Amino acid sequence: MLSIKNLQAKIEDKEILKGINLQINAGEVHAIMGPNGSGKSTLASVLAGREEYEVTGGEVTFMGKNLMELDPEVRAREGIFMAFQYPVEIPGVSTINFMKTALNQIRVHRGQQPMDAVAFLGLMKEKMKLVEIDQSLLSRSLNEGFSGGEKKRNEIFQMAMLEPKLAILDETDSGLDIDALRIVANGVNKLRSQNNATIVVTHYQRLLDYIVPDFVHVLYKGRIVKSGTKELALELEAKGYDWIKNEVAVA
Amino acid sequence: MNTLQKSNLTEDILSSFPLAKFGEANDSRKQAVIDLKSLGLPSNKTEEYRFTPITKHLEKNISWENRISWSDLNSIDNFLIPGLDANVLVFINGSYSEKFSKIISPKEQLEITTLGSAFLSKDVFLNQHFNTLVNSENDSFASLNTAFWQEGLYLKIPDTTRVEKPVFLLHINDASQEQIIAHTRLLISIGVASEFTLIEKFDSVGSNPIFHTFTEEIIVKDNASLEYYKIQNDKGTSQVCNTAIHQADSSKVNAYTLTMAGQIIRNNFNIAIDGKNCESHFNGLYILNGNTIADNHTVVDHKQPNSYSNELYKGIMDDNSKGVFNGKIYVRPQAQKTNAFQSNRNILVSDTATIDTKPQLEIWADDVKCSHGCTTGQLDEEALFYLQSRGISKQSAQAMLLYAFAADVIEPMKNEQVKGYFDTLISERLQKNF
Repeated sequence: MLSIKNLQAKIEDKEILKGINLQINAGEVHAIMGPNGSGKSTLASVLAGREEYEVTGGEVTFMGKNLMELDPEVRAREGIFMAFQYPVEIPGVSTINFMKTALNQIRVHRGQQPMDAVAFLGLMKEKMKLVEIDQSLLSRSLNEGFSGGEKKRNEIFQMAMLEPKLAILDETDSGLDIDALRIVANGVNKLRSQNNATIVVTHYQRLLDYIVPDFVHVLYKGRIVKSGTKELALELEAKGYDWIKNEVAVA
Repeated sequence: MNTLQKSNLTEDILSSFPLAKFGEANDSRKQAVIDLKSLGLPSNKTEEYRFTPITKHLEKNISWENRISWSDLNSIDNFLIPGLDANVLVFINGSYSEKFSKIISPKEQLEITTLGSAFLSKDVFLNQHFNTLVNSENDSFASLNTAFWQEGLYLKIPDTTRVEKPVFLLHINDASQEQIIAHTRLLISIGVASEFTLIEKFDSVGSNPIFHTFTEEIIVKDNASLEYYKIQNDKGTSQVCNTAIHQADSSKVNAYTLTMAGQIIRNNFNIAIDGKNCESHFNGLYILNGNTIADNHTVVDHKQPNSYSNELYKGIMDDNSKGVFNGKIYVRPQAQKTNAFQSNRNILVSDTATIDTKPQLEIWADDVKCSHGCTTGQLDEEALFYLQSRGISKQSAQAMLLYAFAADVIEPMKNEQVKGYFDTLISERLQKNF
């Protein structure tokens, strides 16, 4: 589904990704872990199409298309979804309204008819249950005055609405207490299927207790320095990132 | 006021009017001519008009020799607000048109007379109040209007009367044959504990130059309330509006000014809060494109204690357009316990659009709450990316954010038809077509 080859990217003059290789197939969950500043969020942002980052080398294909050539909205329409680490607050724009616009522009892109208001509301009610989010929250200005947990639940709600092929969860666990974490993880798990894939970007192992990955990759200084299964995450938790840092230093 | 432009143009203007029929209000007209002579027209050195080159615009576009103003307009339907059930009072080229007007409120609720006939009948209230609120001796265009107003209306709402149907004042300038210079005048008295809604709209036909001055004085008596809407969305118009509102004890004013098109538009919007426990909300929204210049000068003058004023003006400037905002708040020594708030926020959409904004607070009382703030910026890139990352096109995301920014201003509007109309105009302009 997603194939990343020797991806390099910089912001301003700082080189951050120094050659990432990653292959993700449908039905898989990949965790990207690593110490602060290792490039985890940059990787997520580059995949979502954030313009501040300049891709300086390598290639990324998504469902056979050169992802780097697509505008952010086209990537979303093709099936990529990023749950933001820090979801923005947008006064005057309600989640319901902008989701309706988003969903319909995606549907038109895929050659489907736009959804009418009744069908949209029906779909929304169904997805709201998944992340235990209240409609009153969705009628309010996007994320304005939301708690950390509400913001993240809103991200997963949007993901549920748009049904992406590839979901990228950027530090979705940051700022969540254990109850909110469980709700968010539950939502993600219910959305998992053989047809979609998930990238979970996280600093801590904690989230992976709830969203169990098939593969774990450790990112350090802009490269994937170690890959393994979910046991690698547990080992990291036990030994800390210094273990990886030392290993890399020795090599 | 600086008087550099006392030159030929002022003379041209004055000499173009000697044959005008000075039927009424001769004393104030004569005084205004004297004022205009001494003021001259504002130059770019005149502080109050520094950013708004009206005089230059007049020199370039308007001829003062030719004053033909006639119209063969046969319908006003295109200019009405859909679904609005109102008293429609129409001015064509500055003169009241009985033919196009339609009064539906009973006389017990709303008395409408032309200013001319009210002066002839020596109306006491009129003689006491006419030209007392507006600053004819300090503003060239106010004095121009006071000197040469062609026709006007006097609206009187008796005490304890809720005027059920709003008054819709429609100004149409017909420049299809010749250029139009029009001066319109209005005096409104809202009785004690009465309620009144006024809607003003400005339109034109034809492509010859138009210069319009409009001066209105509105007296809001004790416990009365006024709901005021102004729509300036006509490409052809150049205009100076002087609005002066006087509030007495416990009165309420909600005012909305929407400016979306015009050559050069100047609004002087002045509220004198001359009573205790008053409330005034005045909102403005200017969404400009092309080469439009729109200048909102507002003054709220707190003269009595315990009143509240809240001002919110927002602007979106695109292309080569230019916005100007100047907001003055005066709190006089006796106006203790005043709450006065002002906010002006602007978004520049293009690199060539500009905004000049200046809050001006002068506070002489010591026990007051006042605040002001102004911001100017571009669209929030982070918010744009967020919306795009959900599959929304950049153009739609932009429209969505601009619309949200603008809609805030019209949100509190009470009249649903007018609100709906404003909403449509804003959505269309911002291409929020989803």
